[in-house]
Amino acid sequence: MHIQQQTAERHTLAVIVDNEPGILARIAGLFTARGYNIESLTVSEITDDKAVSRITIVTSASPAVLEQIVAQLDRLVPVHKVRDLTAEGDHVERELALVKVRGIGDHRIEALRLAEVYRARVVDATISSFVFEVTGGIDKIDKFVTLMGEVGLIEVARTGIVAISRGKEAA
Amino acid sequence: MTEKSGADILIETLCDLGVEIVFGYPGGAVLPIYDAMFRSGRIKHILVRHEQAATHAAEGYARSTGKPGVVLVTSGPGATNAVTGITDALMDSIPMVVLTGQVPTGLIGTDAFQEADTVGITRHCSKHNYLVKDPARLAETVKEAFHIATSGRPGPVVVDIPKDVQVATARYVRTPATTTATVHKTYRPQIKADQALIEQAVDMLAAAERPILYTGGGIINAGPGASQMLRELARITGAPVTSTLMGLGALPASSPQWLGMLGMHGTYEANHAMNQADLVLCIGARFDDRVTGRLDAFSPNSRKVHIDIDRSSINKNVRVDLAIVADAGRALEDLVRVYKARRHPKPDLTDWWQRIETWRAVKSLGFPASAKEIMPQHAIRALWAATHHRNPIITTEVGQHQMWAAQHFDFESPNKWLTSGGLGTMGYGLPAAIGAQLGNPGALVIDIAGEASIQMNIQELGTATQYRLPVKIFILNNQYMGMVRQWQELTYSSRYSESYSDALPDFVRLGEAYGWKGIRIEGPDQLDGGIAEMLAYDGPVIVDCRVAQLTNCFPMIPSGAAHTDMLLYSSEVSGEMDDSAKALV
Repeated sequence: MHIQQQTAERHTLAVIVDNEPGILARIAGLFTARGYNIESLTVSEITDDKAVSRITIVTSASPAVLEQIVAQLDRLVPVHKVRDLTAEGDHVERELALVKVRGIGDHRIEALRLAEVYRARVVDATISSFVFEVTGGIDKIDKFVTLMGEVGLIEVARTGIVAISRGKEAA
Repeated sequence: MTEKSGADILIETLCDLGVEIVFGYPGGAVLPIYDAMFRSGRIKHILVRHEQAATHAAEGYARSTGKPGVVLVTSGPGATNAVTGITDALMDSIPMVVLTGQVPTGLIGTDAFQEADTVGITRHCSKHNYLVKDPARLAETVKEAFHIATSGRPGPVVVDIPKDVQVATARYVRTPATTTATVHKTYRPQIKADQALIEQAVDMLAAAERPILYTGGGIINAGPGASQMLRELARITGAPVTSTLMGLGALPASSPQWLGMLGMHGTYEANHAMNQADLVLCIGARFDDRVTGRLDAFSPNSRKVHIDIDRSSINKNVRVDLAIVADAGRALEDLVRVYKARRHPKPDLTDWWQRIETWRAVKSLGFPASAKEIMPQHAIRALWAATHHRNPIITTEVGQHQMWAAQHFDFESPNKWLTSGGLGTMGYGLPAAIGAQLGNPGALVIDIAGEASIQMNIQELGTATQYRLPVKIFILNNQYMGMVRQWQELTYSSRYSESYSDALPDFVRLGEAYGWKGIRIEGPDQLDGGIAEMLAYDGPVIVDCRVAQLTNCFPMIPSGAAHTDMLLYSSEVSGEMDDSAKALV
């Protein structure tokens, strides 16, 4: 007997929550307890009084499971609202990465050139290394990191996706 | 204004909320609360023998009275022992508030004596939980906990209270208990259905040729009024009604429209009617795997309407055509009102009922008679015959006896049937009976048990003795973990791995050791007399009823089979199943 996997699609969810102790464990634990995937998760306070946080979750699931994920998140007591940004239409997704590259000579020059193409900024430099800051969608950052692999990539730190809907309405 | 200690604030808040009974067990981290309770004298505390029993007793109390059950336990092992009951209450949507002691805030995270991460452990087995770090927040938090436990889809809420928070003082202002309900920031369950959806449901119901009402525990949770509305809806539509394990009693079993329970051990007529229906109206049930059987063969030709207070129950297992998020009682009321306002004539369901009668004629609950041994089904029927006029409250443990009780004990009203459905917790029945008896002092409360399950919380015999509770335990003793043995017979060529109940205690003398009356029933000729003796005794009685050892519970839909593939007594099979069947629960 073999266990079958269902086909999944990637969705970005915005979850507005009360900023109370344990909220992140509550959300993350819901995903593990029910067998849902988390590809990335970011969280930050979004109000002056620090009472409300916005969590952006990128998940992969079949359409039926996605409906469940939204419903399950929505019924948690501290959750204000849940929006499936991918399902609801056009939205902007951004991620920030810090990329450390080591090298001298041609590799160093090539790394700088590529950074320019990708509008990455140098935020730290030594005689033999750079740290680049680059923002963009997942694909852009993936490509930049791959290219840096050719010219002396040492380490990558990525924030995970934040996302917001286009247009004048709030999520 | 004088300040009060956190412990005193807690007790006052409980009193303000109308709490009369608390089930609990003291320990180091709750001593200030126990002292405050002692000094107040306003709350009746029931001392259980194990914290798990406190949670099941609270469930029994809640399920039989409609009021939330309240549990008070200490930190560490007190809290972890309560976890099974908390999970049970979550699965069966039972309103319960569990107050746990915690080590002082300064010691949290240091692996202190009797420290456990209670909020971490209970986060995913409770509806919500709190760690209270400030006595000034305690009253408000406890009120919110009761509101969340009892509203929307009910469930268990845990409030973890460090010992220093119980001792520290704060100002306490009494506020009406109801204010929290209206002001919660994020938690606002939808109670009333969208009117347009109700209209659509009525359209579908009126147009259906083969409708069936599939009802569940949500109707019981919605209060006795919801059961009345279900009866009215059944009357005006003439539709057949089936129910999950948790929903038994919402429609009287004596109603001609009652088809019996559906699902794995449901009746032939209920499962075939579900299979052949053109409209399934599901009210307060959740298309659980025990109910649906094989999903791709579940009610294949029907349109489905699902009324549930929990949006996440909708489209979880079965896709439905019309989803209505609402309280079951309010939605039923709206359905009845709209249906009547439109003056729909009662639909002509003659053909449908004729088909149902042919399924009924199979008499799927039939079982072979025996003059030598007591058939367990016969014992349940005899118990029903001797007690039903007293409208008893029945609790059960988990296993064959539970299914036989569900099949053969006919319930006429809600809140009389207390069983662990979702989690299937052996050891539920005795503490639940204790809780139910405390909530219903005059009622006849019987725990229908198996000889294996009863041993899981047997220590609670002492609790019933202490509080002079006249609960009855009726053990169907077949000397096997019967359901395990049955599955081993059906799936594993009768290799009875560890399912024999060896080294059983003498239940009669065990009961007597705790101050109970003990009765043994060994043959069919002793059955009615033994039951009469049990009922005549004005105190707790444990009955060891020896039943046929190898009887199987039928009808049965084997796991992963369709509703139409039922095993009946006449089709009894045994042997070995393939791996995909073995992997199913």
